[in-house]
Amino acid sequence: MARAVSTRRKVFYTAAAWSVALLIFFPVFWTILTSFKTEASAVASPPQLFSADWTLDNYAEVWGRSDYPRFFWNSVVISVGSTLLGLIIAIPAAWSMAFVPGNRTKDLLMWMLSTKMMPAAAVLIPMYLIFQRTGLFDTRTGLVLALMLMNLPVIVWMLYTYFKEIPSEILEAARMDGASLGKEIIYVLTPMAIPGIASTMLLNIILAWNEAFWTITLTTVNAAPLSAFIASFSAPQGLFYAKLSAASTMAIAPILILGWFSQKQLVRGLTFGAVK
Amino acid sequence: MKMTVRALLGASAMLALTGAAFAQTTITVATVNNGDMVRMQGLMADFNAKHPDITVEWVTLEENVLRQNVTADIATGGGQYDVITIGTYEVPIWAKQGWLESLNDLPADYDVDDLLPAIRGGLTVDGNLYASPFYGESSFVNYRKDLAEKAGITIPDAPTWDDIKAAAAAMTDTEAGIYGICLRGKAGWGENMAFLTTMANSYGARWFDENWVPQFDQPEWKAVMTDYVELLTKYGPPGASNNGYNENLTLSLQGKCAMRMDATVSAGSLTDPAQSEFADQVGFALAPDMGLGKRANWLWAWSLAVPASSDAKEASKTFINWATNKDYLALVAAKEGWRNAPPGTRTSLYSNPEYAALPFAKMTIDSINAADPTNPTTKPVPYVGVQFVAIPEFAGLATSVGEIFSAALAGQKTVDEALAEAQALAVEEMTSAGYIK
Repeated sequence: MARAVSTRRKVFYTAAAWSVALLIFFPVFWTILTSFKTEASAVASPPQLFSADWTLDNYAEVWGRSDYPRFFWNSVVISVGSTLLGLIIAIPAAWSMAFVPGNRTKDLLMWMLSTKMMPAAAVLIPMYLIFQRTGLFDTRTGLVLALMLMNLPVIVWMLYTYFKEIPSEILEAARMDGASLGKEIIYVLTPMAIPGIASTMLLNIILAWNEAFWTITLTTVNAAPLSAFIASFSAPQGLFYAKLSAASTMAIAPILILGWFSQKQLVRGLTFGAVK
Repeated sequence: MKMTVRALLGASAMLALTGAAFAQTTITVATVNNGDMVRMQGLMADFNAKHPDITVEWVTLEENVLRQNVTADIATGGGQYDVITIGTYEVPIWAKQGWLESLNDLPADYDVDDLLPAIRGGLTVDGNLYASPFYGESSFVNYRKDLAEKAGITIPDAPTWDDIKAAAAAMTDTEAGIYGICLRGKAGWGENMAFLTTMANSYGARWFDENWVPQFDQPEWKAVMTDYVELLTKYGPPGASNNGYNENLTLSLQGKCAMRMDATVSAGSLTDPAQSEFADQVGFALAPDMGLGKRANWLWAWSLAVPASSDAKEASKTFINWATNKDYLALVAAKEGWRNAPPGTRTSLYSNPEYAALPFAKMTIDSINAADPTNPTTKPVPYVGVQFVAIPEFAGLATSVGEIFSAALAGQKTVDEALAEAQALAVEEMTSAGYIK
């Protein structure tokens, strides 16, 4: 009897999970479908799930009109660069917060998180001026710095949560064996925290890849990533939905593939410390 | 020895001159994504061949993002953009701020006198031209001739609002999915408020009196809003309060709007058999009036301007001269036909017999000529602009008012409630901005 209830529940939860997943994935699926339609089919009423006249013209036109490889390379450099730089700063910070906390460590963590609650537009002009005066405007270095600072609270929080799970006795043993602080972090802590660091890295690459406000505002030509590539196909006056969908699909495809292959690490990183 | 020195000096001078001749100037052009701008990017081979010393980099952005980025850049003197795409609303405001470079010194072949007077007037401040129009537009009525014929009605070339109401009633066939009239309902200063402001002009209503006091509490606005809500509620498509330019154009291309009032620039799409199922059945008429001497049509141009912060002003002006010259229209015509030439900027385009033969050419030029930015409505106003008020506060205020009116259209509030709310909001905004003492 108990087994029957359990199976029913299992079916219910599975169905619910699939429903939510399909609901979330549907807009992406619709975008991908639309990218293969003609502009007329893309806006057909009632909407057509499958078009009678599939075409690759939208991809050809988007490719022909834009320098996709340059946008793509900028996205790679900016997202990977900001994440690696963030990790270099966040690992020692999270170590100190997890293993040698002070009286104000919790407050500091909360303050770091609170900076994420500030609307980006509130600091638009100061950021703009700083980037212009320092020559960082429209440079990949500038965006690496900006996105690193933006995602640093998330990186620190994730690593802190992960480091808290590692027994401090192991680090103490290394110290008793004569390991310096640097060696303790590099040779003892980091290898044990590799899964956590990997999931943090993946999540932050995705966050940086998808960031649109600063990457569009602080670039023009040289450092513009794929978010700017999509924006260049958006038009309030003109019917370009199919081309916009093709551009969107080209922009999200790399990160979708990365997410697909690393979903185990991602889920682990997101749920770590949630259940103890 | 002297000879050697002279020879060396001569060689150096030659080298310097050669270097200067091939010195490459790169200009960054910020633009919006629409058909005419995309077409221009496709024709860049012509510019590159004529000006090999100028490299053009493009930044294409959605209209509102472009406005935000360009404003931030110019206000902070950044100089990231050398040529910007700018609307008629911004030109007088930005020119007065000293943000734009005067274009009075464009070469003679630019032929400034060929620009349509109404469009040129909107881009001129204190006698100086600050932007060169790339394409201009007004608004007019497009309708399906087959449906009008079936309903036994004739839509005059210069209709009144009563004609429009009667035609909408006669052509509506909701069971067949045909809606008598499609008008902008989506909230936004460039969406429903662009249309409603022109409708108000034709009804004798105005945004502000001579002392900048908002006028939404006047009977003219009550008549405008009552008719607008009634027209769309009775004869408009479902969910009209969510429909903007794109949505109504889509419905028209599918033949579901028997009649639509919107931008003249959409005529090319409506009469193109590749885009429209009813391309050969489209008729055009001027925007309607109430017999008061003002029609409900607007005036807009997307223009190219040089920000004062640009460090490549000469090269930028060379590019603008190429992109907005008469020769460019001929280039588009030669490559893609006269139908695709950017409309609404030059008198010579409309005197060209091939262009004049297009079904929308006459109505477009008549509509543009009927708009008067300095005298938009029947009563005196303290502002310039047909479908907008050229003050910096307008975009924010009109978007808020647009949300209120869109809610009235959606049935969330009555016309009286919406007008009272709009009046209170406008009075508060104009008082805090210092217009009302």
